Amino acid sequence: MFFTNLILALVVLTNLKLLGSSRLGASIRVVAAQGVALGLLPILVHWPELSVHFGLLAVGTIAIKGVVFPWLLFRAIREAEIAREVEPYVGYTASLVTGAAALGGAFWLCTRLPIPEGLASPWLVPVSFFSIFAGLFLIVSRKRAVSQVLGFLVLENGIYTFGVGVAVRTPFLVEVGVLLDVFVAVFVMGITIFHINREFDHINTDRLSTLKD
Amino acid sequence: MNLTSFIPLLLALGLSPLLPGVINRTKAFFAGRRGPPLLQTYFDLWKLLQKGAVYSRTTTWIFRAGPIIGLAATLTAAMLMPLGNVPALMAFPADFLLFAGLLGVARFFIVVAALDAGSSFEGMGASREVFFSALAEPALLVALATLARQVGRLSLSTLFGPVSGAHWLQAGPVLILVVIALMIVLLAENARIPVDDPNTHLELTMIHEVMVLDHGGPDFAFILYSGVLKLWLFAALVVGMILPATGSSGLSLLLAVGGMLIVAVVVGVIESVMARLRLVIVPQLLVGAGALVAVAFLLSLA
Repeated sequence: MFFTNLILALVVLTNLKLLGSSRLGASIRVVAAQGVALGLLPILVHWPELSVHFGLLAVGTIAIKGVVFPWLLFRAIREAEIAREVEPYVGYTASLVTGAAALGGAFWLCTRLPIPEGLASPWLVPVSFFSIFAGLFLIVSRKRAVSQVLGFLVLENGIYTFGVGVAVRTPFLVEVGVLLDVFVAVFVMGITIFHINREFDHINTDRLSTLKD
Repeated sequence: MNLTSFIPLLLALGLSPLLPGVINRTKAFFAGRRGPPLLQTYFDLWKLLQKGAVYSRTTTWIFRAGPIIGLAATLTAAMLMPLGNVPALMAFPADFLLFAGLLGVARFFIVVAALDAGSSFEGMGASREVFFSALAEPALLVALATLARQVGRLSLSTLFGPVSGAHWLQAGPVLILVVIALMIVLLAENARIPVDDPNTHLELTMIHEVMVLDHGGPDFAFILYSGVLKLWLFAALVVGMILPATGSSGLSLLLAVGGMLIVAVVVGVIESVMARLRLVIVPQLLVGAGALVAVAFLLSLA
């Protein structure tokens, strides 16, 4: 209970840090830390009863979210030679306040939903909703493609938190399938970022809209 | 009210000038210097009290009243602060609102006195002080409200008593967030690095120091003394959160005073390893502290 809550609080704080930070390198490290913390979640949620399947899920999550994704994204920003987000649509302080409001909204939402009894922590569902909101907000409010990929990862982390915590009987196969989907998505996005950068000398996606007829 | 309740107040009055000494010694240790004596603030206060005051002809009674009202309000706030498991002199439900309000009154009168001096530098310092404290104050209030919600008590004197090991085990993340936010508020409210640099003498970057430039002699001694008292009060908040207030009163008081000195060392370490933040970044830090306590408050609701 204590460690589950600690991890969920860590997830909330990393999301807020992402909302308030302009440095891409630091943001990637924060997402990696969040991935590692969430990797431990399946073991902690089912603490007394351990099985190979949860162990494998934990190891797979940590390897992909904590090592492979950060490596791909660091390679992308190194090749695109960028270090900072530029002028997001919503400023950092305003994003932070929005994030705190979204957290309040997530807690309010969970009082209106039929939450199953006997969850590992009362914070599980609100925190997963908050991750989803924060990820969506990052995707729509930032201009750099890398920031949007990070938002996508946070969104996926929210779905993962929900899946691990609430859908206790979810088959192993579905969780691995989601992980694989995200892996392919980030892989493709990493390559796309590189190509956008090579064609246009920058990866500000707002300028892409001027391409249309 | 019993007589032991005078002890926290007397300790605050007597030992608070020691905290800046400990902070400066820690900073000197990190810089490889010997540093000023531990009792330097006492010497400074004594020296200032010996001097006469000089008042500009453009100032009014507000300028003279500012430091006195500031000190009086801070002293009253000190009467609300318990230490260890000894309750404060005054204790009633929701007295932490009065505590925050009294510190606000003290700040208001120092700010008004600074504006009364009519110097542009002081106006600048006053504007910054008010701006940053407007951001720090919600963080302080929500932090105390979270704590009140968590332990189910409403008075400062009873707030810290139930915070024990079992509590930390059950609601650890909430309490950790509150302690971090209180620490940021402590640094901001007391004009320490990373919000303000107490050593700088460049008016363009100073916040608190530039505001009190025109005060001299006993007036400045009052401002200095209310400053160290305020540092003591905020350190007492942090210590009350962390140290269990159990056992005999003597032991818990001793532990609490030791905790205060450790908080001073931590402030010194933070000042040694960090640079002052750019002025445009400071609001982000304070809003961040506000977001931390908002998270803690929401988590404590669930």
